[in-house]
Amino acid sequence: MEQHVPADLHGVEPPRRHRRLGRSASPYLLGAPAIVWLAVFFVIPLVTMLSLSIQTCDSITLACKLTWHFAEFPNIIGRYNDTFVRSLVYAGAATVAALVVAFPVTYWIAFRAKRKNFFLLMLLVPFFVSFVIRTTAWYTLLADQGTILSTLKNLHLVPESFHVLATPLAVIGGLAYNYLPFTALPLYVALERIDRRVMEASHDLYATRRVAFTHVVLPLAVPGIFAAFLLTFVPAAGDYVNAAILGGTNTVMIGQVIQNKFLEAADYPAASALSTVLLVLMLVGIAAYAKFLGSRTIEEYV
Amino acid sequence: MTEIDVRLERVSKFFGDVPAVDDLSLDIAEGEFFSLLGPSGCGKTTTLRMIGGFEDPSLGTVYLGGRDVTDLPPYRRDVNTVFQSYALFPHLDVFENVAFGLRRKKVGGKDIGQRVRDAMSLVDLEGFEKRKPTQMSGGQQQRVALARALVNRPKVLLLDEPLGALDLKLRKQMQLELKRIQEEVGITFIYVTHDQEEAMTMSDRLAVMRHGQIEQIGAPELVYESPATEFVAGFLGASNLLDGELVRNQSDVATVRLSTGQDIHFPASKVPSDIDTLVKVGVRPEKISIEADEGEPPAGANWVSGLLRIATYIGVSHQYKVEGPGGTELTVYVQNLGAEEAPAPGRKVRLTWRPEHTFIVKPSAALSPEEEEE
Ligand SMILES: Nc1ncnc2c1ncn2[C@@H]1O[C@H](COP(=O)(O)OP(=O)(O)OP(=O)(O)O)[C@@H](O)[C@H]1O
Ligand SMILES: [Mg+2]
Repeated sequence: MEQHVPADLHGVEPPRRHRRLGRSASPYLLGAPAIVWLAVFFVIPLVTMLSLSIQTCDSITLACKLTWHFAEFPNIIGRYNDTFVRSLVYAGAATVAALVVAFPVTYWIAFRAKRKNFFLLMLLVPFFVSFVIRTTAWYTLLADQGTILSTLKNLHLVPESFHVLATPLAVIGGLAYNYLPFTALPLYVALERIDRRVMEASHDLYATRRVAFTHVVLPLAVPGIFAAFLLTFVPAAGDYVNAAILGGTNTVMIGQVIQNKFLEAADYPAASALSTVLLVLMLVGIAAYAKFLGSRTIEEYV
Repeated sequence: MTEIDVRLERVSKFFGDVPAVDDLSLDIAEGEFFSLLGPSGCGKTTTLRMIGGFEDPSLGTVYLGGRDVTDLPPYRRDVNTVFQSYALFPHLDVFENVAFGLRRKKVGGKDIGQRVRDAMSLVDLEGFEKRKPTQMSGGQQQRVALARALVNRPKVLLLDEPLGALDLKLRKQMQLELKRIQEEVGITFIYVTHDQEEAMTMSDRLAVMRHGQIEQIGAPELVYESPATEFVAGFLGASNLLDGELVRNQSDVATVRLSTGQDIHFPASKVPSDIDTLVKVGVRPEKISIEADEGEPPAGANWVSGLLRIATYIGVSHQYKVEGPGGTELTVYVQNLGAEEAPAPGRKVRLTWRPEHTFIVKPSAALSPEEEEE
């Protein structure tokens, strides 16, 4: 039988269905707490910081006025150039060290361990202790007269003048240690997510354990490595506790300078300008990093 | 005799205390198309995984080409697998997925390109080389998995329901292709499927598994025409089974007496050696002819009478449900020749079949509901 189509419906599109209001609003409703949080604790401080960096403050009353005084920037970049570079180098070295330490451990937990949650907890338990206490404990351990060094010296394994504290090594080690959870967790998640059946398929296709690792595990872990790098590098670059406790006069990091300017010298514009420079450096660095890994890859992974 | 290519010798696999495969022995000849059939959870995948090297047998030995490979890792076995779950590499495009095995074997770049293209055209996926597996449908992914294994031209190919996600037309086409490749290249296929028709049409031999054991093994015709157990009779095609007692098993003819007192005769050669007196006799629905229950039953044939309950017209055939002796439901398929008038429901009918179409089986323990579904 021939289908009868009413003539006046020819060429008329069916009415478009409208999404219900509640449905289109729901993402915003669900996001509201986060949006409010970000507005109050991120956007407002950020804007305040950016504006402070171009204000001029009265050194006695501490009253500040927006004067569009950009001169602070070339000034501090010139003065703290070395400190910036040192901070980035230390943070980079600490991140690499943390990755090197965390990868085998998380790989073992994700692929081989029977009681994964237990070992993951064991990895994280030290970090339930306060940040400052942990760093101070390291200070005690590494002290020139501490147990480790004095034993080594008594055994004549290291020269009498040997010391660890106040060297870059101490600061980088402290950073790597303190930010290890931020490295280990994203790595673990990425490794844990790798489908064991895909690993079997690679062995089926003649991949030895080593080839399966380099051709399957590693590429699939890239998103985790990327996340681990960011989550470790960014806070490490701005850290001031490790350098303050474990470092010396030659290992000053930019975080210490900012902290000093804010809390001790009350030089708000300079502190803000330093923070702004650090922020910009980070953004440029991450953008370059993302570019290097390929923008599509990032989209897929993050 | 061709050489034995794959041999399982008294192999068992326990997960905890539960045997997934239970003391199973199996010989598969070189170039053979061998199918494993059985209900879900009967141990088909586990058996394949032990041949592929992904599962260590708890007991027993696995031989490939006469060599004991029980302790060899998968990548040292010349065996490829098409996994039930596809297991494609998510970070590689389709081309690299298919080329993976060739690259490990250090095949030259130009050869790789050619062989991958050939494999892709075999599974009808030309032009998909640059896609990522996640951008493909289930059936397309399954075909990539097939190409990825075939491209290596292994000696033994393990296929775990390799056509499960395909539609009927593509499935038929791939069945033909697979059979052609298998014969041309002479690969030994071990093929797991849920589809009995697929197993029957493609296999040289097949095994019906249940609870981790092989219930029966043999050529498709043999297993279909002379099932060894009630389970096999029920699993492979529809069958009609009647309870009875083996009363005579001498010279040429054996006799089973039904509960109604009626005798069913069949060649004594069909009686399994280890059978008790309480048995079931069976006949396939298409072997039965149905007629009105009048006059003398034909001499020399087996027959029972019953009440026709349902008559269904399904185009190529008529399907009848008959209430037979002791209330057993019997099924009859009659080819639609268009000549005779179909009997009407509610009538007394007589079902007749030839003695040589009768089979005799041991009654199996009650089927679990899961198995009933199959
Ligand atoms: N890794 C495992 N751990 C515990 N039990 C398992 C494991 N793998 C399989 N089993 C059990 O072993 C039995 C056989 O499983 P198998 O996968 O071999 O079944 P199958 O015949 O392939 O079924 P299907 O047709 O559903 O794929 C099942 O009862 C299953 O639950
Ligand atoms: Mg299976």
